[in-house]
Amino acid sequence: MNPTRRQFLKQQLLTGSAIIAAGGLSTLGLPAFASAEDVAQALAEFVGDAQTQTGLLTLKTPEIAENGNTVPISISVESDMTEDAYVESVMVLAEGNPSPKVITFHFTPASGQAVASTRMRLAKTQNVIAVAKMSDGSVYTDTKNVKVTIGGCGG
Amino acid sequence: MSKPRIKVPKKAAAGDVISIKTLVNHAMESGQRKDKAGNVIPRKILNKFACEFNGNPVFSTDIDAAISSNPFIQFSARVAESGTFKFTWTDDDGSVIEAEKPIEVS
Repeated sequence: MNPTRRQFLKQQLLTGSAIIAAGGLSTLGLPAFASAEDVAQALAEFVGDAQTQTGLLTLKTPEIAENGNTVPISISVESDMTEDAYVESVMVLAEGNPSPKVITFHFTPASGQAVASTRMRLAKTQNVIAVAKMSDGSVYTDTKNVKVTIGGCGG
Repeated sequence: MSKPRIKVPKKAAAGDVISIKTLVNHAMESGQRKDKAGNVIPRKILNKFACEFNGNPVFSTDIDAAISSNPFIQFSARVAESGTFKFTWTDDDGSVIEAEKPIEVS
């Protein structure tokens, strides 16, 4: 049986705009999306061989981003930001973008609080990863899934 | 180059942690898009942002192509004395956008 228009649209919504976006982009010959290796490599460059843990770091993203061109994100790390113990840097990665790196924030004790927000582009529905590196070498991560209605990487 | 929009409180008490918002007009061309003829539009973004207070680094970022056009960055700073915040954005082509904002600390 041929699907009705309604069923077809529903199906598209369920399987996600990701497939449409990926298919559409590949036919245009645009660069492929970041592979798992790219993400792993960017992570390894940033944290080295430190063990990652969860907690302390919070990544805030919208659950659904209607426009992938401007997705507000914010990160915060619980820390007193003293000279002896502070958050050195926080890197944000997007698993499904053509290039996984998004932004790296570098803090100093003069930052007072390890909080920062910005707006990013997301090509499709994907996981956004934040990694925080403390001055004592410990590493914290947080991951959020963001559903993207309209991708934001041109085409 | 247009003037960046920056929000820093005018006054603060010593030791306060203040929040700073910055926004600068820039297309942040990602290098992923193509023009009508199918040629890739080369990447041209602001790749660095730094904030100093009285010459001491407070906060900085390495920016990649996934940051939206007209990049907005919000962060915080702890102030102990009156002084001037200096903001610097560095473009891919090496040009620099600079701005300064004073704060009065009591």
